[in-house]
Amino acid sequence: MGRTLAEKVWEQHVVRRAEGEPDLLYIDLHLVHEVTSPQAFDGLRMAGRKVRRPDLTIATEDHNVPTVLGPISDPVSKTQVETLRKNCAEFGVRLHPMGDAGQGVVHIIGPQFGLTQPGMTIVCGDSHTSTHGAFGGIAFGIGTSEVEHVLATQTLPAYRPKTMAIEVSGELPTGVTAKDLILAIIAKIGTGGGQGYIVEYRGEAVRKLSMEGRMTVCNMSIEAGARAGMIAPDETTFEYLKGRPHAPTGAAWDAAVEYWKSLTTDADAVFDTVVEIDASTLTPFVTWGTNPGQGAPLGTAVPVPEETDDPAAARRALEYMGLTAGTPLREIAVDTVFVGSCTNGRLEDLRAAAEVLRGRKVVTRTLIVPGSMLVKLQAEQEGLHEVFKAAGAEWREAGCSMCLGMNPDTLAPGERSASTSNRNFEGRQGKGGRTHLVSPAVAAATAVTGKLTAPADLA
Amino acid sequence: MEAFTTHTGRVVPLRRSNVDTDQIIPAVWLKQVSRTGFEKGLFSAWREDPGFVLNQPAYQGASILVSGPDFGTGSSREHAVWALQQYGFRVVIAARFGDIFRNNSTKMGLLPVVLPAETVEALQSAAEADPALEVTVDLGERRVVWAGESAGFEIDDYTRWRLMEGLDDIGLTLRNADDIAAYENGRQSWLPTTV
Ligand code: SF4
Repeated sequence: MGRTLAEKVWEQHVVRRAEGEPDLLYIDLHLVHEVTSPQAFDGLRMAGRKVRRPDLTIATEDHNVPTVLGPISDPVSKTQVETLRKNCAEFGVRLHPMGDAGQGVVHIIGPQFGLTQPGMTIVCGDSHTSTHGAFGGIAFGIGTSEVEHVLATQTLPAYRPKTMAIEVSGELPTGVTAKDLILAIIAKIGTGGGQGYIVEYRGEAVRKLSMEGRMTVCNMSIEAGARAGMIAPDETTFEYLKGRPHAPTGAAWDAAVEYWKSLTTDADAVFDTVVEIDASTLTPFVTWGTNPGQGAPLGTAVPVPEETDDPAAARRALEYMGLTAGTPLREIAVDTVFVGSCTNGRLEDLRAAAEVLRGRKVVTRTLIVPGSMLVKLQAEQEGLHEVFKAAGAEWREAGCSMCLGMNPDTLAPGERSASTSNRNFEGRQGKGGRTHLVSPAVAAATAVTGKLTAPADLA
Repeated sequence: MEAFTTHTGRVVPLRRSNVDTDQIIPAVWLKQVSRTGFEKGLFSAWREDPGFVLNQPAYQGASILVSGPDFGTGSSREHAVWALQQYGFRVVIAARFGDIFRNNSTKMGLLPVVLPAETVEALQSAAEADPALEVTVDLGERRVVWAGESAGFEIDDYTRWRLMEGLDDIGLTLRNADDIAAYENGRQSWLPTTV
């Protein structure tokens, strides 16, 4: 019987297999950031251990960093960042600190450097590591104990998750993006729908996505509960990788591409679960509740809790969000718009927002935060920052920013945002803040009208 | 890691589904670089409500959290496990857990127990009717026992053994250092390095 892509990549990385034990899996790339690593480095120090493969490890500062120029003013955040610097120096790990041209959100910089390649195993102490699966590898988030384990051994003991295919047929209509697709998928299968699975996104609509769109889709696999999401590599993948600083060159490139081409699910392979979705029926999608599964097409209304799968959770969500059942989603007014994060902080996302904002003015506080310093540079080379500034939006430095309430960019209690990030959990963007997850295009259109809006609604 | 064999304690019934790790411990608490002091951050936003179950005197000192489905979804932060443990919990029972949270728990010796949704509800109702109710979680027998009732749960043999012995994964893996070295010798030369 044939094998799925996930099975092929998994098998390629089994260091040791023994009856009644999890597989010991080799890790090709370990990404590190300041929040989930200090206790892991401490553990190494206490046990007198070293980092086994500093050359397969890379660190950046992202979660705590302010996105306006200047030092970190919060002393606790500052200590955490300084701790990462000390640890990286002591253990010989390459670090891209604030101010460095290579700095950025951890899941943006791996692909941008060409470190993320097909068929690799990639981990990070961060659940959105699933992003990297867009290149056809197995990438998943781990906790701090596992971070320490990978630092010490470059391996992880793990049971192979089950496999799920999400078959996306048809084509996404104009104005409907990768973000809308993944929000619709999560609403369909639920926040627990992917638990215990590696998801492979397949089908015509997925093949047509750019690498950036594929990353957006894989990024949010975790919001459907999945351990990882992946997309088989193809010409789009190779095209994206070619010429990046860490991509192979010359004969090594040819050998790599030949291998990468074998990384597809065999025609006779069987998935444990198959989900089908028709892309051509989709429209811009937004969330109304407090988990990413509580979403609906923008053209609909806030649902009646009793008509949802989990009425108690929906009632609680509407209360927290300050929403009334039956209100058209287009009538929800927001205070803040955030474009950025590892979900939608790449160049293509900024272009989509700029296209909407060109020649228009924003009526809300609007933060545009590039996912990395390189994205910032590229956007400025294209003049996107001028478009944003002319529209009245704030053009910031790279970081996680308002994706999570850990740095100075937060919502005040009761404040409402349209956000291109990935989590609308209670308090995620600041205590008492209310989040609607949207695509970059919808975020930008919303900034123009002050209410949840699609670009097509703008005159 | 502290070994886990059997534990008897009282129950906190948490009647919520999708308790994501941002609720278990909000991001502002993650800035510390030590491994201690996270109990103050446990459910810190929800604890501001005096009616929240953890604030009720009857449930003080309870050590088994019984939650609605999809507990520990979202962020990979192991701080969620540390906060629960440092607050005094030894066991969390739910019908479904986030995968990363469940992994993190078993690395730290906090036992995640999956029971069917109806059993979870029965246990919550029993603890609401009688907050003094004592529940025993027996890992050796893979069984939860309370007030004449009992329910079996599944956990793989390897994880169970590791928990019962209190073994550290890194030590176990390093016994196979030769296998790791052998694997490294066979890796494709084009694979990227960060240097
Ligand atoms: S941008 Fe948001 S989701 Fe992504 S790594 Fe940063 S905090 Fe996590």
